[in-house]
Amino acid sequence: MTNAVAYTDTEAGEIIGHMLKAVRHCEVLDIQLISAANGHLTLELPYSELIVGNPGSGVIHGGAITTLMDTACGFVIPISLEEFSVCPTLDLRIDYMTAAQPNQSVFGRSEVYRVTDNVIFSKGIAYQDNIDKPIAHCVATFMRLPPEVTQVTKEQS
Amino acid sequence: MTTKMADAIEQQDFVKLASQIPYAQLIGIRCIPIGENFIFKLPKNADNLGNPYLPAIHGGVIGGFMETAGILHVMMNTKLEKVPKVVDFSIDYLRPGRDVDSFAICEVVRQGRKIANVTISAWQTRQEQPIATARAHFLLS
Repeated sequence: MTNAVAYTDTEAGEIIGHMLKAVRHCEVLDIQLISAANGHLTLELPYSELIVGNPGSGVIHGGAITTLMDTACGFVIPISLEEFSVCPTLDLRIDYMTAAQPNQSVFGRSEVYRVTDNVIFSKGIAYQDNIDKPIAHCVATFMRLPPEVTQVTKEQS
Repeated sequence: MTTKMADAIEQQDFVKLASQIPYAQLIGIRCIPIGENFIFKLPKNADNLGNPYLPAIHGGVIGGFMETAGILHVMMNTKLEKVPKVVDFSIDYLRPGRDVDSFAICEVVRQGRKIANVTISAWQTRQEQPIATARAHFLLS
């Protein structure tokens, strides 16, 4: 990213913290901020029996990882742009490298890798104990809404 | 897979099968049999919201709903002896998922010995106005 960003790392952390609290389903999954620095965002999805997808193995459901990665790839946008912008997700793809280990948190790390006038491209990885062996890769694109829409949302927040 | 899941598949009992999957219970997935096919339902649920201002269902929940629908559909159609693994999952968001009931229907486009290609379409008010379409590959063996 060569763009100047609007926030310091400390401000970025505060913004992400507020956003996580405002999003009900992130509260339900207990998604936590680990770090927001240098245009990278890392979130944690704690292990819970509530999000198990395969009761035989205790492995968590891909849907919870989809939520983690959608959140990570979306939330990294406001801390990567020159100004605050509301960006709905256009599409998202997740490639699963391997199953998550039960009883361990999953971390989602994301970054914005291309910004155009209308579209923003983010990518991320989901990993557990070794960041070099991701359990999933994710790419997502987001639409940039006009400033007047962003302003309305900002005033409501 | 647990014995209860195997029984549910043998009996073609989606309610029983879904009740064995904690994540499906968390977001509240239901199944409605339509002849030999099935429609999946995600009832309106404040715990599934993402954007609090619209309000709109979290995109991740819509993805999780459609991924679960695909898995359940494949399990019922192939009578698998284990839960299929998701190889990849790709979703296009077409409209905001408003805070109302959502529905999804699946189609197995191609089923080989190892891999199934499944498309999933989700809608709210009208089926011909989908809120999202998705495509997944599942590893069967």
